Amino acid sequence: MTKVAAMVGTDAIAEAMRQINPDVVPAYPITPQTSIVETYAQMVADKLVDTEMINVESEHSALSAAIGAAAAGSRVMTATSSQGLALMWEMLYIASGLRLPIVMTNVNRALSAPVNIHCDHSDSMGARDAGWIQLYSEDAQEAYDNIIQAVRIAEHPDVLLPVMVLMDGFIISHSLGRVELLEDQPVKNFVGTIQPPYSLLDTKNPPSFGAFDGLHGYYFEVKRAQAQGMLNASAVIKKVGTEFAGISGRSYDFFETYRLEDAEYAIIALGSAAGTARTAVDELREQGERVGLLKLRMFRPFPAQELVDALSHIKAAAVLDRSDTLAGSIGGPVFVELRSAFYEAEKKPRLYNFIYGLGGRELDINMMKQTVETIQTGMSDGVVQSSVAYLGVRE
Amino acid sequence: MSKSWDVSEISKWGWSKHPVGAVIPEPATTNRYVTGGWRSLRPILDLEKCVHCFICFIFCPDSSILVENEKMDGFKLEHCKGCGICAQVCPKNAIHMMNEAEALGLEQCLLPDDDKKDKKEDKSA
Ligand code: SF4
Ligand code: SF4
Repeated sequence: MTKVAAMVGTDAIAEAMRQINPDVVPAYPITPQTSIVETYAQMVADKLVDTEMINVESEHSALSAAIGAAAAGSRVMTATSSQGLALMWEMLYIASGLRLPIVMTNVNRALSAPVNIHCDHSDSMGARDAGWIQLYSEDAQEAYDNIIQAVRIAEHPDVLLPVMVLMDGFIISHSLGRVELLEDQPVKNFVGTIQPPYSLLDTKNPPSFGAFDGLHGYYFEVKRAQAQGMLNASAVIKKVGTEFAGISGRSYDFFETYRLEDAEYAIIALGSAAGTARTAVDELREQGERVGLLKLRMFRPFPAQELVDALSHIKAAAVLDRSDTLAGSIGGPVFVELRSAFYEAEKKPRLYNFIYGLGGRELDINMMKQTVETIQTGMSDGVVQSSVAYLGVRE
Repeated sequence: MSKSWDVSEISKWGWSKHPVGAVIPEPATTNRYVTGGWRSLRPILDLEKCVHCFICFIFCPDSSILVENEKMDGFKLEHCKGCGICAQVCPKNAIHMMNEAEALGLEQCLLPDDDKKDKKEDKSA
């Protein structure tokens, strides 16, 4: 029996955490993430969970404590946003390098300056090479589902990597949405108990974590092994996504397609923009346009080959990025990686990049339709305008 | 105590042979290598004054106070960093810190003649 509730995204995450009941949650508040750890702290105080909650003095300490607890063999979760994620920076790499399966929600928020508390993806996209798995969520339901799956993915012996679950600040985190909640027991059975390969608390065989690689230099080998964990993650994410359907009726893959099979044009988006895109696709379809949507859920690892296979029949695609690489004219991170994925493909769509929504700038259905119009005109004119455009910026 | 981890060939290991996350599957220990090489001061014990109270043993941050038959027995110089804490906490002023270079010179003078010759040969080798 599932329960349907109207919930804001942060509560959906806290509820998933309650059901998972992690051993340790070190956390520091930051808008718009705060209500996750606030709600969770209440659950701890009410003894709904037996988590040890550690109140720390910064996000750097939050992730440091998470790393220590995970090295001790605990199941550890935390949450952050924006500047908090930025402050965690050096620890992000240590968590992934030590192969500690920490699960963290990052509620996407723009990075300063100027100071801005609204949604864009500059925080998590900046961390894309930190060795964390990244799963983006379209709504509170997906955020809830992703968190539960993230535990299994992170702790899988072939993977052993930290997982970041992304949720758009305010748009999802603070908006009421319909969430189907699972019963506690199926969630508990699904996540099982953590089986760490090493534990600092193993007094019979006490290991050492985080040692200097000596002057012998085996850093390179350890990084190569880490790359393998990320490579292995794809199969595990697929398997866990399918298994999750068994308890929820909702299956998950690397990405989701909508009216894409017979489409000529496609919109590629991640996060809450996918909902807007879906409506735009429906409206354009009503006008006879053959448009489809590809919603990317998994950004790390990047499903390059699968994306090529799913999009090669498309004439042109609008790739939406809610952050900029600020690297000149090469476009946003999703665009850069997708274009790179297509380099060796024989059949490929013309790819256009639309950077939108920075600092929470509104994205509406008309703007979404405008991206499709732009790529259609670009194709019919044969005139290749700039591949990278800023959508919704005041010129 | 688990069997000692054999890392004699670690420089030849392929990437999949390393424990996940560069974990060292045994407790942190520097037993097997010298970490006292950069000491600039050396603790010197005056056994006459020492009352074997082990305050130095408790305070030494590098576990470098040697104990033999429940008696303070000098310093493990392979790991002593020369921080001087032992000298500072000793209630009997039984430890003083000596310049390491001087101590090394003294050591050299005190070596029996045969050993001196060996050392010289070692260097030239
Ligand atoms: S603290 Fe001083 S007196 Fe006590 S054991 Fe050490 S050297 Fe001896
Ligand atoms: S000098 Fe410092 S490291 Fe050396 S024995 Fe004394 S306390 Fe220990």
